Amino acid sequence: MITVLHEQRETHLPDAIADGDELWLGHVAIEQATGWSWKPEGLCHGDVCVPLPRAQAGEITRGGRLNLAAMWRHSGQPVVHDTTSSVWVLGSGAVQRSAALATLQAPDFTLPDLDGNTHSLASYRGRKVFLATWASW
Amino acid sequence: MPVWQSLYGDMKDHGFTVVAVALDQAETARPWIEAAGATYPCLIDRHHHLADLYNMVNVPQAVWIDEEGRIVRPAETAGSMDAFRAMDRKTFTLPDEAVAERNRVKTQYFDAVRDWVLHGSGSVHAMNATRAAEKLKLPDPSIAEAHARFHLGRYLLREGREAEAQVQMAEASRLHPDSWAMWRQAAAKDTRGLASGPEFWKRVDALGSRYYYPPAEIDDAT
Repeated sequence: MITVLHEQRETHLPDAIADGDELWLGHVAIEQATGWSWKPEGLCHGDVCVPLPRAQAGEITRGGRLNLAAMWRHSGQPVVHDTTSSVWVLGSGAVQRSAALATLQAPDFTLPDLDGNTHSLASYRGRKVFLATWASW
Repeated sequence: MPVWQSLYGDMKDHGFTVVAVALDQAETARPWIEAAGATYPCLIDRHHHLADLYNMVNVPQAVWIDEEGRIVRPAETAGSMDAFRAMDRKTFTLPDEAVAERNRVKTQYFDAVRDWVLHGSGSVHAMNATRAAEKLKLPDPSIAEAHARFHLGRYLLREGREAEAQVQMAEASRLHPDSWAMWRQAAAKDTRGLASGPEFWKRVDALGSRYYYPPAEIDDAT
Protein backbone atom coordinates (compact mmCIF):
# COMPACT_ATOMS: atom_id res chain seq x y z
CA MET A 1 0.00 0.00 0.00
CA ILE A 2 1.30 3.42 -1.00
CA THR A 3 0.19 6.58 0.84
CA VAL A 4 0.35 9.92 -0.96
CA LEU A 5 0.05 13.19 0.96
CA HIS A 6 -0.68 16.30 -1.08
CA GLU A 7 -1.93 19.52 0.47
CA GLN A 8 -4.65 18.23 2.79
CA ARG A 9 -5.30 14.99 0.92
CA GLU A 10 -4.20 11.67 2.38
CA THR A 11 -4.75 8.94 -0.19
CA HIS A 12 -4.03 5.24 0.20
CA LEU A 13 -3.38 3.58 -3.14
CA PRO A 14 -3.23 -0.24 -3.26
CA ASP A 15 -2.37 -0.29 -6.97
CA ALA A 16 0.42 2.28 -6.99
CA ILE A 17 3.98 1.17 -7.72
CA ALA A 18 6.96 2.78 -6.02
CA ASP A 19 10.58 2.07 -6.84
CA GLY A 20 13.17 4.22 -5.07
CA ASP A 21 12.51 7.78 -6.24
CA GLU A 22 9.92 6.69 -8.82
CA LEU A 23 6.19 6.70 -8.12
CA TRP A 24 4.04 5.16 -10.83
CA LEU A 25 0.31 5.89 -10.79
CA GLY A 26 -2.56 5.33 -13.21
CA HIS A 27 -5.11 7.94 -14.24
CA VAL A 28 -7.59 7.34 -11.44
CA ALA A 29 -4.97 7.25 -8.70
CA ILE A 30 -3.39 10.51 -9.91
CA GLU A 31 -6.74 12.26 -9.76
CA GLN A 32 -7.53 10.80 -6.31
CA ALA A 33 -4.17 11.72 -4.84
CA THR A 34 -3.72 15.20 -6.29
CA GLY A 35 -6.90 16.45 -7.97
CA TRP A 36 -4.87 16.78 -11.19
CA SER A 37 -5.86 14.86 -14.33
CA TRP A 38 -3.47 13.07 -16.65
CA LYS A 39 -4.53 13.95 -20.19
CA PRO A 40 -2.90 13.68 -23.64
CA GLU A 41 -1.80 17.32 -23.32
CA GLY A 42 -0.16 16.81 -19.93
CA LEU A 43 -1.07 17.03 -16.24
CA CYS A 44 -4.09 19.30 -15.98
CA HIS A 45 -6.04 21.15 -13.31
CA GLY A 46 -8.85 23.45 -14.43
CA ASP A 47 -7.57 25.40 -17.41
CA VAL A 48 -3.93 24.75 -16.59
CA CYS A 49 -1.99 21.93 -18.26
CA VAL A 50 1.67 21.17 -17.60
CA PRO A 51 3.08 19.25 -20.59
CA LEU A 52 5.02 16.08 -19.82
CA PRO A 53 8.78 16.52 -20.23
CA ARG A 54 10.57 15.10 -23.25
CA ALA A 55 12.02 11.84 -22.07
CA GLN A 56 13.29 8.47 -23.22
CA ALA A 57 10.56 5.89 -23.76
CA GLY A 58 9.52 4.43 -20.41
CA GLU A 59 11.02 7.17 -18.26
CA ILE A 60 7.87 9.20 -17.65
CA THR A 61 5.09 6.93 -18.86
CA ARG A 62 5.01 3.17 -18.85
CA GLY A 63 2.16 0.67 -19.20
CA GLY A 64 -0.67 3.09 -18.52
CA ARG A 65 1.10 4.73 -15.58
CA LEU A 66 2.82 8.06 -15.11
CA ASN A 67 5.93 8.55 -13.00
CA LEU A 68 4.22 11.22 -10.95
CA ALA A 69 7.29 11.88 -8.80
CA ALA A 70 9.37 12.73 -11.88
CA MET A 71 6.55 14.85 -13.28
CA TRP A 72 6.22 16.66 -9.96
CA ARG A 73 9.94 17.45 -9.81
CA HIS A 74 9.80 18.54 -13.46
CA SER A 75 7.24 21.18 -12.44
CA GLY A 76 9.67 22.48 -9.80
CA GLN A 77 7.85 21.06 -6.79
CA PRO A 78 9.29 19.05 -3.89
CA VAL A 79 8.80 15.29 -3.67
CA VAL A 80 9.91 13.43 -0.55
CA HIS A 81 9.29 9.91 0.69
CA ASP A 82 10.08 7.64 3.60
CA THR A 83 12.90 5.06 3.62
CA THR A 84 10.64 2.32 2.25
CA SER A 85 9.09 4.52 -0.49
CA SER A 86 5.65 3.75 0.90
CA VAL A 87 4.73 7.24 2.15
CA TRP A 88 5.10 10.14 -0.27
CA VAL A 89 4.58 13.88 0.06
CA LEU A 90 3.95 15.76 -3.16
CA GLY A 91 4.65 19.24 -1.88
CA SER A 92 3.79 22.58 -3.38
CA GLY A 93 6.60 24.52 -5.03
CA ALA A 94 7.88 27.91 -3.94
CA VAL A 95 6.88 29.39 -7.31
CA GLN A 96 3.33 28.06 -6.99
CA ARG A 97 2.95 29.21 -3.37
CA SER A 98 4.43 32.61 -4.15
CA ALA A 99 2.15 33.14 -7.15
CA ALA A 100 -0.89 32.33 -5.02
CA LEU A 101 0.15 34.72 -2.25
CA ALA A 102 1.03 37.49 -4.68
CA THR A 103 -2.61 37.67 -5.82
CA LEU A 104 -3.38 38.72 -2.21
CA GLN A 105 -6.39 36.39 -2.27
CA ALA A 106 -6.13 34.49 1.00
CA PRO A 107 -5.36 30.82 0.21
CA ASP A 108 -8.28 28.65 1.30
CA PHE A 109 -7.95 25.69 3.64
CA THR A 110 -10.18 23.29 5.54
CA LEU A 111 -9.25 22.20 9.06
CA PRO A 112 -11.04 20.35 11.88
CA ASP A 113 -11.99 21.69 15.29
CA LEU A 114 -11.66 19.59 18.45
CA ASP A 115 -14.97 17.86 17.73
CA GLY A 116 -13.82 16.87 14.26
CA ASN A 117 -16.10 19.36 12.48
CA THR A 118 -14.34 20.91 9.52
CA HIS A 119 -14.17 24.65 8.83
CA SER A 120 -13.12 26.32 5.58
CA LEU A 121 -11.74 29.83 5.47
CA ALA A 122 -14.03 30.48 2.49
CA SER A 123 -17.09 29.91 4.68
CA TYR A 124 -16.24 33.15 6.54
CA ARG A 125 -16.40 35.24 3.34
CA GLY A 126 -18.45 38.37 4.04
CA ARG A 127 -16.79 38.87 7.41
CA LYS A 128 -13.40 40.24 8.32
CA VAL A 129 -11.19 37.41 9.56
CA PHE A 130 -8.36 37.66 12.06
CA LEU A 131 -6.56 34.43 11.14
CA ALA A 132 -4.17 33.70 13.98
CA THR A 133 -1.80 30.88 14.86
CA TRP A 134 -0.85 29.56 18.27
CA ALA A 135 0.51 26.32 19.75
CA SER A 136 1.01 24.56 23.07
CA TRP A 137 4.74 24.22 22.52
CA MET B 1 -5.96 33.45 23.91
CA PRO B 2 -7.86 35.59 26.50
CA VAL B 3 -7.03 38.63 24.39
CA TRP B 4 -8.50 36.92 21.31
CA GLN B 5 -11.68 36.06 23.23
CA SER B 6 -12.18 39.67 24.30
CA LEU B 7 -11.44 40.89 20.77
CA TYR B 8 -13.99 38.44 19.40
CA GLY B 9 -16.57 39.31 22.07
CA ASP B 10 -16.24 43.05 21.38
CA MET B 11 -16.20 42.82 17.60
CA LYS B 12 -18.23 39.80 16.47
CA ASP B 13 -21.32 41.94 15.86
CA HIS B 14 -19.31 44.11 13.48
CA GLY B 15 -18.92 41.48 10.73
CA PHE B 16 -15.79 40.00 12.23
CA THR B 17 -14.44 36.70 13.45
CA VAL B 18 -11.30 35.31 14.93
CA VAL B 19 -10.17 32.03 13.39
CA ALA B 20 -7.55 30.50 15.65
CA VAL B 21 -5.38 27.74 14.20
CA ALA B 22 -3.26 25.58 16.48
CA LEU B 23 -0.05 24.46 14.76
CA ASP B 24 -0.24 21.45 17.00
CA GLN B 25 -2.01 18.15 17.58
CA ALA B 26 -5.45 17.99 19.19
CA GLU B 27 -4.20 16.19 22.33
CA THR B 28 -1.90 19.01 23.41
CA ALA B 29 -4.06 21.87 22.09
CA ARG B 30 -7.27 20.71 23.78
CA PRO B 31 -6.52 21.75 27.40
CA TRP B 32 -5.62 25.28 26.28
CA ILE B 33 -8.75 25.69 24.16
CA GLU B 34 -10.97 24.37 26.94
CA ALA B 35 -9.33 26.57 29.58
CA ALA B 36 -9.76 29.64 27.35
CA GLY B 37 -13.48 28.94 26.93
CA ALA B 38 -13.06 30.14 23.36
CA THR B 39 -16.30 30.79 21.46
CA TYR B 40 -14.61 31.60 18.13
CA PRO B 41 -13.53 28.75 15.82
CA CYS B 42 -10.45 26.93 17.12
CA LEU B 43 -8.96 24.68 14.47
CA ILE B 44 -6.27 22.03 14.66
CA ASP B 45 -3.48 21.94 12.08
CA ARG B 46 -1.31 18.92 12.86
CA HIS B 47 0.84 19.23 9.74
CA HIS B 48 1.25 23.04 9.90
CA HIS B 49 -0.50 23.35 6.55
CA LEU B 50 -1.35 26.98 7.27
CA ALA B 51 2.32 27.81 7.79
CA ASP B 52 3.03 26.26 4.38
CA LEU B 53 0.20 28.19 2.66
CA TYR B 54 0.98 31.56 4.24
CA ASN B 55 4.75 31.20 4.72
CA MET B 56 4.47 31.51 8.50
CA VAL B 57 7.42 30.78 10.80
CA ASN B 58 6.28 31.17 14.39
CA VAL B 59 3.32 31.66 16.71
CA PRO B 60 1.51 33.88 17.28
CA GLN B 61 1.37 35.18 13.74
CA ALA B 62 -1.78 36.54 12.13
CA VAL B 63 -3.13 37.47 8.71
CA TRP B 64 -5.89 40.06 8.33
CA ILE B 65 -8.41 39.08 5.65
CA ASP B 66 -11.21 41.37 4.48
CA GLU B 67 -14.81 40.52 3.57
CA GLU B 68 -13.80 39.64 -0.01
CA GLY B 69 -11.10 37.23 1.11
CA ARG B 70 -8.30 39.67 0.33
CA ILE B 71 -5.18 39.82 2.50
CA VAL B 72 -4.90 43.31 4.00
CA ARG B 73 -2.03 42.46 6.32
CA PRO B 74 0.18 39.48 5.41
CA ALA B 75 1.49 37.07 8.07
CA GLU B 76 3.21 38.97 10.87
CA THR B 77 3.78 38.78 14.61
CA ALA B 78 0.41 39.09 16.33
CA GLY B 79 1.09 41.32 19.32
CA SER B 80 4.11 39.58 20.80
CA MET B 81 7.61 41.00 21.15
CA ASP B 82 11.09 40.01 22.21
CA ALA B 83 10.76 41.10 25.85
CA PHE B 84 10.95 37.44 26.88
CA ARG B 85 14.64 37.41 25.96
CA ALA B 86 15.25 39.40 29.15
CA MET B 87 13.69 36.57 31.17
CA ASP B 88 15.40 35.04 34.16
CA ARG B 89 15.92 31.57 32.73
CA LYS B 90 15.61 29.83 36.09
CA THR B 91 12.55 31.57 37.51
CA PHE B 92 10.90 32.45 34.17
CA THR B 93 10.32 35.99 35.47
CA LEU B 94 10.67 39.22 33.55
CA PRO B 95 11.92 42.64 34.72
CA ASP B 96 9.06 45.12 35.25
CA GLU B 97 10.10 47.33 32.35
CA ALA B 98 10.08 44.36 29.96
CA VAL B 99 6.57 43.45 31.13
CA ALA B 100 5.43 47.04 30.58
CA GLU B 101 6.90 47.13 27.07
CA ARG B 102 5.35 43.78 26.24
CA ASN B 103 1.93 45.02 27.36
CA ARG B 104 2.32 48.24 25.40
CA VAL B 105 3.07 46.38 22.16
CA LYS B 106 0.21 43.96 22.69
CA THR B 107 -2.30 46.73 23.38
CA GLN B 108 -1.12 48.70 20.38
CA TYR B 109 -1.50 45.68 18.10
CA PHE B 110 -4.98 44.70 19.25
CA ASP B 111 -6.13 48.34 19.17
CA ALA B 112 -5.04 48.30 15.53
CA VAL B 113 -7.12 45.16 14.87
CA ARG B 114 -10.15 46.85 16.43
CA ASP B 115 -9.59 49.98 14.35
CA TRP B 116 -9.56 47.87 11.17
CA VAL B 117 -12.73 46.00 12.15
CA LEU B 118 -14.55 49.30 12.64
CA HIS B 119 -13.13 51.25 9.69
CA GLY B 120 -12.16 48.62 7.10
CA SER B 121 -10.02 50.01 4.29
CA GLY B 122 -10.35 53.42 5.95
CA SER B 123 -8.16 52.18 8.80
CA VAL B 124 -4.52 53.26 8.57
CA HIS B 125 -3.65 49.69 9.62
CA ALA B 126 -5.32 48.07 6.59
CA MET B 127 -2.71 47.92 3.84
CA ASN B 128 -3.59 48.72 0.25
CA ALA B 129 -2.60 46.13 -2.36
CA THR B 130 0.75 47.74 -3.13
CA ARG B 131 1.83 47.87 0.47
CA ALA B 132 0.50 44.41 1.29
CA ALA B 133 2.42 42.99 -1.71
CA GLU B 134 5.60 44.71 -0.48
CA LYS B 135 5.14 43.24 2.97
CA LEU B 136 4.58 39.69 1.75
CA LYS B 137 7.40 37.30 2.52
CA LEU B 138 7.53 34.65 -0.18
CA PRO B 139 8.95 31.13 0.19
CA ASP B 140 12.03 29.87 -1.66
CA PRO B 141 12.60 26.26 -2.85
CA SER B 142 14.33 25.30 0.42
CA ILE B 143 11.29 26.41 2.38
CA ALA B 144 8.98 24.50 0.05
CA GLU B 145 11.02 21.32 0.53
CA ALA B 146 11.14 21.93 4.29
CA HIS B 147 7.34 21.95 4.42
CA ALA B 148 7.17 18.71 2.43
CA ARG B 149 9.66 17.04 4.82
CA PHE B 150 7.89 18.41 7.88
CA HIS B 151 4.57 17.06 6.56
CA LEU B 152 6.17 13.64 6.02
CA GLY B 153 7.73 13.74 9.49
CA ARG B 154 4.45 14.59 11.20
CA TYR B 155 2.70 11.80 9.31
CA LEU B 156 5.38 9.26 10.24
CA LEU B 157 5.19 10.35 13.89
CA ARG B 158 1.46 9.67 13.91
CA GLU B 159 2.22 6.23 12.44
CA GLY B 160 4.56 5.53 15.35
CA ARG B 161 7.75 5.78 13.27
CA GLU B 162 9.35 8.30 15.60
CA ALA B 163 13.05 7.92 14.72
CA GLU B 164 12.40 8.32 11.03
CA ALA B 165 9.98 11.17 11.70
CA GLN B 166 12.64 13.06 13.66
CA VAL B 167 15.11 12.70 10.79
CA GLN B 168 12.63 14.33 8.41
CA MET B 169 11.74 17.13 10.84
CA ALA B 170 15.40 17.83 11.56
CA GLU B 171 16.04 18.10 7.83
CA ALA B 172 13.05 20.46 7.57
CA SER B 173 14.57 22.71 10.24
CA ARG B 174 17.94 22.63 8.51
CA LEU B 175 16.32 23.69 5.23
CA HIS B 176 14.18 26.35 6.91
CA PRO B 177 16.12 27.63 9.93
CA ASP B 178 13.85 30.68 10.30
CA SER B 179 10.90 28.48 11.21
CA TRP B 180 10.52 28.32 14.97
CA ALA B 181 7.27 26.45 14.46
CA MET B 182 9.05 23.52 12.80
CA TRP B 183 11.87 23.49 15.31
CA ARG B 184 9.78 23.80 18.47
CA GLN B 185 7.14 21.32 17.32
CA ALA B 186 9.86 18.69 16.90
CA ALA B 187 11.99 19.66 19.92
CA ALA B 188 11.96 17.95 23.32
CA LYS B 189 9.37 19.49 25.67
CA ASP B 190 9.67 20.29 29.38
CA THR B 191 7.08 19.32 32.01
CA ARG B 192 4.93 22.30 30.97
CA GLY B 193 4.86 21.04 27.37
CA LEU B 194 7.18 23.83 26.24
CA ALA B 195 10.23 23.54 24.03
CA SER B 196 12.07 25.99 26.27
CA GLY B 197 15.11 24.03 27.43
CA PRO B 198 18.80 24.91 26.94
CA GLU B 199 18.62 24.09 23.22
CA PHE B 200 15.85 26.64 22.78
CA TRP B 201 17.82 29.38 24.55
CA LYS B 202 20.92 28.50 22.57
CA ARG B 203 18.95 28.97 19.38
CA VAL B 204 17.46 32.25 20.66
CA ASP B 205 20.89 33.54 21.68
CA ALA B 206 22.21 32.67 18.22
CA LEU B 207 19.73 35.20 16.78
CA GLY B 208 22.00 37.97 18.07
CA SER B 209 20.47 41.25 16.94
CA ARG B 210 17.81 39.51 14.82
CA TYR B 211 14.26 39.23 16.15
CA TYR B 212 12.46 36.18 17.45
CA TYR B 213 9.18 38.10 16.99
CA PRO B 214 9.80 40.62 14.19
CA PRO B 215 7.68 43.71 15.03
CA ALA B 216 4.46 44.11 13.09
CA GLU B 217 5.30 47.79 12.44
CA ILE B 218 1.84 48.99 13.37
CA ASP B 219 2.83 52.67 13.54
CA ASP B 220 4.00 53.14 9.98
CA ALA B 221 1.21 51.24 8.25
CA THR B 222 -0.13 54.15 6.24
